[in-house]
Amino acid sequence: MNRYWTCFLSAAGLAVLIAIGLFAGPFILYLGMRVMILAIFALGYNLLLGRTGLLSFGHAAFYATGAYGLALTSIHLNPHPLLGIFLGVVAAALLALIIGFFCVRHTEIYFAMLTLAFGMMVFSLMWNVRSVTGGDDGLYGITRTAISLGFFKIPIVKQYQYYFVVLFFFILSIFLTYRIYKSPFGLVLAGIRENHVRTEFAGLAVKRYRLGAFVVSGAFAGLAGALAVMLDSNITPFAAHWSHSSVPVLVSLIGGLQTFAGPLAGSIVFLVLREVVQRFTDNWMFWFGILLLAIIMGFRGGIVGSTADLFKKYSRV
Amino acid sequence: MSQSLVHVILAGISAGMFIWLVASGLTLVFGVLRVLNFAHGSFYMLGAYVCYTVLKAMGGNFWLGLLLGPLIVALVGYAMERFLLRYVYHLELAYQLLLTFAMVLIFDDAVKMIWGAGSTSSPAVPGLSGSVSILDRRFPVYNLFIIAVGPLVALGLYALLEKTWWGRIIRAASSDREMASAIGVKVPTLYTAVFMFGAWLSAMGGALAVPYVGLLTTGMGETIIIEAFVVVVIGGLGSLKGAFLGSLVIGLLSSFGTRYIPMLDMFLTFILMAVVLLWRPQGFFAEGS
Repeated sequence: MNRYWTCFLSAAGLAVLIAIGLFAGPFILYLGMRVMILAIFALGYNLLLGRTGLLSFGHAAFYATGAYGLALTSIHLNPHPLLGIFLGVVAAALLALIIGFFCVRHTEIYFAMLTLAFGMMVFSLMWNVRSVTGGDDGLYGITRTAISLGFFKIPIVKQYQYYFVVLFFFILSIFLTYRIYKSPFGLVLAGIRENHVRTEFAGLAVKRYRLGAFVVSGAFAGLAGALAVMLDSNITPFAAHWSHSSVPVLVSLIGGLQTFAGPLAGSIVFLVLREVVQRFTDNWMFWFGILLLAIIMGFRGGIVGSTADLFKKYSRV
Repeated sequence: MSQSLVHVILAGISAGMFIWLVASGLTLVFGVLRVLNFAHGSFYMLGAYVCYTVLKAMGGNFWLGLLLGPLIVALVGYAMERFLLRYVYHLELAYQLLLTFAMVLIFDDAVKMIWGAGSTSSPAVPGLSGSVSILDRRFPVYNLFIIAVGPLVALGLYALLEKTWWGRIIRAASSDREMASAIGVKVPTLYTAVFMFGAWLSAMGGALAVPYVGLLTTGMGETIIIEAFVVVVIGGLGSLKGAFLGSLVIGLLSSFGTRYIPMLDMFLTFILMAVVLLWRPQGFFAEGS
C-alpha cells in the first residue's frame, strides 16, 4: 500500500473514532475504549514479538503493575489521573527493566519460560500480599477525578469524556511506536530478529537492544493497565496471570506479526468477534481457537499481512 | 520426625507423582519433537473426564476407565499430531507454541460443551478407598497407591527407553533426527507415536487423579501444565530423570509451602524455576551441558 492510502486510512480511522466518541451509545463507547486499550498493550508487545522476535509469556505482569500503580497512587497518594498514569507506567517500566535484565540472557523457549516464571512470581505476590494489593479481591472503587491542568479542569467521569482520554493515549502510543519502528533502534531490533549473530558481528550489543525493547513494551503494557483500571474502577491479580499474557500474543498474531498495523486490526477483531460470538454461544474460546488454528495453518501474515498480499497481487494485474 | 512432618512429606510426594505423569510425557515429546506442548495439560484433563465417563457407563468400574480413558485420549493426540502439529515443525517457535495454545482453548471449551461447565464429582475406588494409620494419623490408601505408581511408571519408562529397540530409536531421533532419518528410521511415524505415548501418559495421570481430586474441573489442565513446565525446566528440557526428581521437588515444595509459609506458596515454585533457568538453563539434574 502506498503512502496516500495509509494517510487516507489513518484520517478515516481517526474520523470514525472521534465520531464514536461524540455520537455513540454507551456500549459502543465501552467497546471502543476496550479496543484502544488492548491495542496499546498489543502495539507495545509486538515491538518485542514481531519486531525483535522474542515471545514473552509474562507481559500481563507489567499490565497489572501499571494498573496497581495507578490504583495505589489514586487511593493512597493523590487521585490525579495523570500522576497515576505516570507512576503506573514508570513502575511497569522499572519492573520490566529488572525482569528483562535477567530474561534477555536467553532466547527462544528459555526466554518464554523465564518470562512465564517471573510473570507468575508477580502474580503470586499480588495474590498473597493482601495488605497492599487486597489479595484475590483486588483493589476497587478507583474514581475518575477531573484532570487538573493548573488553570482549568477536564472532567472525565462520564463515559464519553473518558473516551477522549483513552483516544489521546491511543494516538500517542501509535505515534510513539511508529517512531520507534522507524528509528535506528527499531531497525536494529528487526536486524536482531532476522539474524542476531550478524547483528552482534556488526558491533551492536544485542542484549542491550533486547532489554530496550523489553522495557519499552513493558511500559506500554503498564499504560494499558493504568487506562483499564480507570475504565473498570477495579483490578484483580488475574490481570497478571499468564493466561492474560497470551492475549497480546494472540492479538498480534491475528493482526499480523510482521506489520505495524497488525496489533490494531487484531485488537478490533479480537474484541468485536468476542462480542459477536458471545451473543450466540458461551463457548467463544472454542471458536476463537479454531480461528487461531486457521491463521497458524494458513494465513500466517494475519489479517493485515494477508490483505496487503492480496492488494499487491491485485495492483500488479 | 514429628507426625505432621511425615504427612506433609507424603502429601508432597503424592502430589509430585501426578505432576510426574504429566511432565514425563511433556519432556519426552520435547526431547524428540522439540515442541513444548501447552495442550499437554489438556490431555490430563481429558484423561480425567473420559475415564469418568467410561467409569459411569461401565457401572462404576474405575479400572476399566483407567484402561480405556487414556487410550481414547491417545487417539485425540494422534489427530492433533497427524493433522496439525506435523505442518508447523518447520515454523518459528512462536507458531508452534501458539498452535498448542489454541488447542488448549479448544479442548477446554469442548470439555465444557460435552460435560458441562460445572464441576463433576467422582466416586471412590473399591479396595483403595479409606485410610490407614501412619504415626497415629490417618492417611488415604489411594495416595499411597499413587506414591507406588509414580516410580513404577518411571521404571517402565527407563526399561522402555534403555532396554528396547523402540527406546533406542527414540533416543536416536532425539539426539539427531537427520541422522536417524538417514539410517532408515521413519521419523514422521516416530513423531506421531511419541506424541501419542506422551498424551497417553498425561491422560493416565488425569485418570488416576479422578478419585484423588474428588472434583473434576475444566481448570485442572491449566493448573498442572504450569507445574509441569516448571518441573521440566528444573529437570532440564528433555530429561526424564530430571523430570522425575523435579516433580518430587515441586510436589514437596508446594506441600511444605502450603503448610508452613502459605504467603509464599506459588512464589517459591516460580523463583526456583527462574533461578534454575538463569543459573543452569540445561536443567538442574542434567549431566554436563
